[in-house]
Amino acid sequence: MSGHQGAKRHYETEVLIIGGGVTGTGIMRDLALRGIHSLLIDRQDLNAGASGGNHGLLHSGGRYVAADAETAAECRAESELLKRLAPECIDPCGGLFVAVEGDDPEFAARFPDHCAVAGIPCEEISPTEARKMEPALSEKVYAAYQVPDATVDPFRLTLQNVNHARRLGFGDFLPHMGVEGFDIEGGELKAARCRDLRSGEEVLISARQIVNAGGAWAMNIARLAGCADVNLIYSKGTLIVSNTRLSQRVVNRLRLPGDGDILVPGGTVSLLGTSSVTIEDPDDARPTIAEVDKILAEGAVMMPPLADTRFIRAFSGVRPLLMASGAAEDGRKASRGFSLITHEDQNLSNFVTIAGGKLTTFRLMAEKTGDLVAQRLGNSAPCATHTVPLPTENAVGWTEPGFAARDWYQRADASDMILCECEMTPQSAVDAIVSDAPGSEHHMSLQAIALRSRVGKGACQGAFCAMRVTSHLYDRGIYDSPEGLELMRDFVTERFKGVRPVLWGRQLPQMELAETLHCGLTGLDLLGAKKPGSGRAS
Amino acid sequence: MKRELRRVETGLAIIGAGLAGFAASIFALRRGLDTAQLGHTGAIAYTTGYFDLLGVMDGRVLDEPWAGLDALREAEPAHPFARLGNDEIREAFEIFTDAISDMGIAYSKPGDHNLSALLPSGVAKPTLSVPATMLPGVEAFRTGAKTLIVDFPGLQGFSATEFKVNFAASWPALSVCRIEFPGFEGQQLYPEVLARSLEAPHGREPLAEKIRAVLDGAEYVGLPAVLGMHAPDEVHADMERRIGARLFEIPTIPPAVPGIRLREMFERELPRRGLVLVPQLKVSRSELGADGAVHHLQGPLEDLEISARATLLATGRFLSGGLYADQAGLRETLLGLPVVQPSGRDNWYRRDYLDPRGHQLNRAGLETDAQFRPLDAAGAPVNPRLFAAGAVLAHQDWVRQRCGAGLAIAAAYGAVKAAAEMLNGSA
Ligand SMILES: Cc1cc2nc3c(=O)[nH]c(=O)nc-3n(C[C@H](O)[C@H](O)[C@H](O)COP(=O)(O)OP(=O)(O)OC[C@H]3O[C@@H](n4cnc5c(N)ncnc54)[C@H](O)[C@@H]3O)c2cc1C
Ligand SMILES: Cc1cc2nc3c(=O)[nH]c(=O)nc-3n(C[C@H](O)[C@H](O)[C@H](O)COP(=O)(O)OP(=O)(O)OC[C@H]3O[C@@H](n4cnc5c(N)ncnc54)[C@H](O)[C@@H]3O)c2cc1C
Repeated sequence: MSGHQGAKRHYETEVLIIGGGVTGTGIMRDLALRGIHSLLIDRQDLNAGASGGNHGLLHSGGRYVAADAETAAECRAESELLKRLAPECIDPCGGLFVAVEGDDPEFAARFPDHCAVAGIPCEEISPTEARKMEPALSEKVYAAYQVPDATVDPFRLTLQNVNHARRLGFGDFLPHMGVEGFDIEGGELKAARCRDLRSGEEVLISARQIVNAGGAWAMNIARLAGCADVNLIYSKGTLIVSNTRLSQRVVNRLRLPGDGDILVPGGTVSLLGTSSVTIEDPDDARPTIAEVDKILAEGAVMMPPLADTRFIRAFSGVRPLLMASGAAEDGRKASRGFSLITHEDQNLSNFVTIAGGKLTTFRLMAEKTGDLVAQRLGNSAPCATHTVPLPTENAVGWTEPGFAARDWYQRADASDMILCECEMTPQSAVDAIVSDAPGSEHHMSLQAIALRSRVGKGACQGAFCAMRVTSHLYDRGIYDSPEGLELMRDFVTERFKGVRPVLWGRQLPQMELAETLHCGLTGLDLLGAKKPGSGRAS
Repeated sequence: MKRELRRVETGLAIIGAGLAGFAASIFALRRGLDTAQLGHTGAIAYTTGYFDLLGVMDGRVLDEPWAGLDALREAEPAHPFARLGNDEIREAFEIFTDAISDMGIAYSKPGDHNLSALLPSGVAKPTLSVPATMLPGVEAFRTGAKTLIVDFPGLQGFSATEFKVNFAASWPALSVCRIEFPGFEGQQLYPEVLARSLEAPHGREPLAEKIRAVLDGAEYVGLPAVLGMHAPDEVHADMERRIGARLFEIPTIPPAVPGIRLREMFERELPRRGLVLVPQLKVSRSELGADGAVHHLQGPLEDLEISARATLLATGRFLSGGLYADQAGLRETLLGLPVVQPSGRDNWYRRDYLDPRGHQLNRAGLETDAQFRPLDAAGAPVNPRLFAAGAVLAHQDWVRQRCGAGLAIAAAYGAVKAAAEMLNGSA
């Protein structure tokens, strides 16, 4: 597949997929099951965009019944399918919708009818019953409904998508590969001009079909191909992660979507969100203190114990919202549906953009994209992702909170050292990822391991595990130059963005210790600083 | 069952069992003060063992810390170091390292220049005084000597290869070897356990034998810091003899042996020198009065009430519990003293974690006068009998400036001196 043309690295593939989120990887798998080869690229790594920065709620559809019955019905159908086909990625924990004093009673009263229209099972329960199920609920809850919400581990979903395509022999993944332009000739994109962002090298990728699954960056990518028909607004959403799991079920506030109105469990933690802030640049999405305080204040109305909960991190993702002409400029009201843009009216015959949608509906988005691409390639194999289960294997199972701990205790192998104590991630997990996980064909780093496991996500925020994993990677020869410390510096710098807004109470001393270890014991703040006479100094 | 109440009277009560607290006890005993130290063990078990004075200014690594202090007084007149002259700081440092060496852990004499000490990451760190067990590492690095670094499988976060790869450009004569620590094969290793296993001479030979076998002409051997707990210098000398090469320790990630050694030594030796030590307890409440303070502690079996004519607060920062942050702001935990702090959470931390200017929050803390007396909002001493030292003080960033031990020692010296003058004058 790889060859040379002039000085540039050159790849050829049937289909180039741009964007390693759940959509791009879903398309990769969809095509592989049809026997179509694809090359997936991401300018960062898998799950670097919204797919690594969301709530992980596998929507029953309940949240959309009032405003968007079509999306609600899609969510219902897709969530049912995924529960069957990718059970390892899903916790079918159920969900509650609760109205709190002050919330519009009429809105609450209409909820069951709206659910019925979208075909979503919905059962009314008494507030007392609801508080028995979720003791953290406020005394002020006056109405409650049960729906089949679930949670999904988006990291695992993405990894399993890529892994399946890889194992079928019909997909390859290149991380750190950013598209910078296209060679356009006779109504076709002949090749994508890319750059290997680790080495700086230019790379040319020729493909018969090119899929833009760039999420919030899809408009930028489409413009590189001269297309003006993708119009997005960017809505930043911020979430905060607690140190413990605060509810068994997903808890939704029964009102029009607003800030801080969903609490989603994720294994051993809970995620409270979100905010919705329109931003100009999708690359500028870091959580702020103001957002965190607002989400927390709102969340505590529904679940009062949130006010005294220890939060260990915040993060933000960007929702790319499709602007139909004349639509409101409000992030939450714009369509949550997706669209498949064929670009044929832009006089291109081999380019397609898939934009919008949800994590919950990624499979359907991939199916629609796969149908178009297959038809254009003259391949008549039907979509198989609604019947073929998503296979799993060891190297892709480490992203679920609590999984590593269970696995480690079950195996009871004392020689398998724990590298990350908060998340109980052992050396064997890191080794499995480094040798076998999607992307392991390429350079692995602390950051890449963190995207494929829980490393660095626990209460210590990478104070210890960053050092331990780095040492382990040196021992294994994965790191063989001072770059390993620079990668550690980049990792802890990136983690800090999410930690900064939740630094108070018991989390702040953790940060103080982390800084001492990263600076005093490792010298990361002075990497590269020279001292007269001797070599590098800290 | 009724709890007993024990009352103790003392001249100076030192609250905190970090470096500042222990340094204060040393200075106070030397001045002949009747001294009690009340402390819950804190960050001391985390330290590398290196005693920094001033290693970095404005992102630059300093070779000459004393000249650096002169410049610091100009640039940061509110810095606690600016309350003292170089002669006093030097005297404090020397008294402290001499006292420690005398109590059983030899430290190098603080000199005119910073030493380039070794970190496990393979980076050098500017510091002023190091344990004798680590000093040969400084020499080996300075001279580029042929050196073997040994690590042990199962000891997390210490990789001889990482050390070598990162030092390679400035220290090519490094080689590495991984050996199973005898008696602990195939296990997760804890430095403290290894150090205790080397206390008895019969524990040492199996390790020495393994190292001898892979020495291959190395002049120096570097090991993670595990050479004994109570008599590291003796273990070090004995291991050097057995191996037949110069030997040095390299710090490990915490909890680490060099800090535990210091803590155990202070707890063992200072009471023999006259200190009333109440270890492992937190002062739960203190009352300040015109004639002194009363400190309350709750032990497992009895309550303690310590009446002190003067009090020195060395309770550290957030990690040690001297300061606490909630969403609204920072406070001092024991006496509710005013804390100098940035306005609002958004100004606590900079956006870039490793911003060379350091975070504003790290410079928050207690404001004091030239006698190290905490000041109230109006700028007057909160109480003439109350002093403070160490990391709890404002206007310093010991992590980034590499001045942790120096600040603890110097401020303890200054605060004890002021307390002694007050006590002697008012006795
Ligand atoms: C805060 C928030 C909460 C959410 N919660 C939920 C939820 O609970 N349930 C649910 O169903 N959905 C949720 N969503 C929606 C869901 O996360 C997204 O629909 C989904 O992750 C989108 O995946 P994607 O693959 O299309 O985009 P992304 O995951 O954003 O992937 C796009 C990728 O393209 C890459 N890229 C960009 N530019 C280039 C380039 N030039 N070259 C190469 N690669 C490039 C990026 O690095 C990125 O990895 C949430 C979204 C947000 C923001
Ligand atoms: C990981 C790490 C590495 C370090 N490395 C170095 C180094 O290489 N070089 C260097 O010079 N310095 C280093 N230090 C710094 C040094 O050890 C000291 O932490 C620092 O000098 C501050 O000392 P301190 O005594 O003021 O505070 P701390 O060491 O924080 O001690 C405060 C003490 O007060 C106690 N306390 C708090 N509240 C109460 C209460 N109510 N009642 C009783 N006791 C209380 C705490 O338990 C603790 O014992 C390091 C520190 C850490 C954490």
